[in-house]
Amino acid sequence: MLRTHMAVAAGLLVATAGLAQAESDAWSDIVADVFDGRAMQQSDIVTLETPYRAEDAATVPVTMHFAPPEDAGLRVERVTLVIDENPAPIAAVFELGADAGVSRIDTRVRVQSYTNVHLVAELSDGSLHMTETFVKASGGCSAPMGKDPEAAMANLGLMKLRQFDGANPEAQLMIRHPNNSGLQMDQLTRHYIPAHFIHSLTIAQGDAPILKMEGGISLSEDPSVRFEFEPNGEPIAVEAQDTEGNVFSENWPIEVGRSGT
Amino acid sequence: MPATDRTFAAAAAFWLFAWPAAALDPKEVAPGVYVIAGAVALASPENEGAIANIGFVVGRKAVAAIDPGGSATVGASLVEAVRSITDQPIRYVIYTHMHPDHVLGAAPVVAASGAEVVGHAKLASALAARAEHYLAGARDALGDEATDGLEVVLPDREVAAIATLDLGDRPLSLRAWPTAHTDNDLTVLDERTGTLFAGDLLFTEHLPVIDGSITGWLALEAELTSLPAARAVPGHGPATVDWPAAAAAQFGYLASLADSVRAQIAKGAGLAEAVEAVPPPAGNWALVETFHRRNVTAAFTELEWE
Ligand SMILES: [Zn+2]
Repeated sequence: MLRTHMAVAAGLLVATAGLAQAESDAWSDIVADVFDGRAMQQSDIVTLETPYRAEDAATVPVTMHFAPPEDAGLRVERVTLVIDENPAPIAAVFELGADAGVSRIDTRVRVQSYTNVHLVAELSDGSLHMTETFVKASGGCSAPMGKDPEAAMANLGLMKLRQFDGANPEAQLMIRHPNNSGLQMDQLTRHYIPAHFIHSLTIAQGDAPILKMEGGISLSEDPSVRFEFEPNGEPIAVEAQDTEGNVFSENWPIEVGRSGT
Repeated sequence: MPATDRTFAAAAAFWLFAWPAAALDPKEVAPGVYVIAGAVALASPENEGAIANIGFVVGRKAVAAIDPGGSATVGASLVEAVRSITDQPIRYVIYTHMHPDHVLGAAPVVAASGAEVVGHAKLASALAARAEHYLAGARDALGDEATDGLEVVLPDREVAAIATLDLGDRPLSLRAWPTAHTDNDLTVLDERTGTLFAGDLLFTEHLPVIDGSITGWLALEAELTSLPAARAVPGHGPATVDWPAAAAAQFGYLASLADSVRAQIAKGAGLAEAVEAVPPPAGNWALVETFHRRNVTAAFTELEWE
């Protein structure tokens, strides 16, 4: 009789010795590979909020703020969220719509181990502005893909838009998607569960882009993007694509920021 | 990750050699029903992973072990504990759900007895996807020495709805539940004594942990608590508790957590804000620090879709 047994392999866990060294190495590699070694300044144009200790490594909330540059002729064009020690460190790249006034984005990420998190903003003059935090969490990426995979697949691509009125109108886009990392081995089949995730997301109001996201496996299951923006009164249109070629799209009437200017 | 298939004999020899069993003290909570109460704690080298309640039921012909514990050391000790009470063979190892503190002790029990492993129909795929993660976690918590060669054993027999196992004039009623604590919760009722092995559908003392669905768990309260049992063995807490009275605290916590999280969502709070804002529970729960904020996260990401 054959039974399925699985053994702990020696060296399964990453050694923690020399972590600080490893972190700075990871970051300098990323600066070289992703940003072509370009100079970055630490500046308060970008701020980043992450919990110091993540309660659930598969769902770590991240808040990114963008302050308008002093030179009124400049704006933040693109921001890159980097989780240095993750197997795929670039969690997401957001392009901010020119007239959308996006001043804040919240999302949720998986965190594989103790890691620095970097946020890099690229301004319209090409300058790079950076900030960083540190998160204590482990196992988020190889952690289970979902609490109820049957329900997750049944609802694949279902979207919900929540709108929040106030001094700074906000909206939250949520998409049902397992966002499988491709790092989980199915011990029944002894194959890695294929990566299957949302890689591109466009949110617009009418024809004007609010933000465009290119995402990776570091975004949590059921991706969520919440953003502060300046509504123009047009309906919100969302299109998302996953790595299997599925396209999900939906429109919602705008419910916030109507009364204002 | 290389997986190994071992012959039965080789595996048995390995386990008996590798795991000097620490003595476990089974308590007879009803005639022929034994429980080894786990520590209400996180897995550590001190408790060797014996943090969930382990049970076994002795019939006229066979024994069923219910949740073989959280490490091979504990599983080997369970074999010794059964042998100290009966010569009947362990024919079944029943998993109440996939969590490592309940299943990682199976390998030495199976190796020593050839027992058939029984679980919820959704357990195999859930445990298979998490196995690497659980083994790494156990290694972290218990140390390399205690987990060298640790293995996960998947079920041989699956229960999709209900099933009965007979131990010889001793029927056990197994029932598979919809997603609640996990998506693979299973209860075991010893008909003769009215003893319900509730697994982690029932937490006492240890703060409940949501790894399935808070609404699903709350939705099965009425049906679960109407099961005709005189006593229950919770997944965590004392060896036995009054049934269904002992379930009130858990469902109270879950209901008030759902209320608080819904209130945060309604007022527009984000996840990070809600995790800070939802107050820790009243009462004498253990491990609130470890699990409450995680439960808020799980509840929030589920309830924001309502
Ligand atoms: Zn459990």
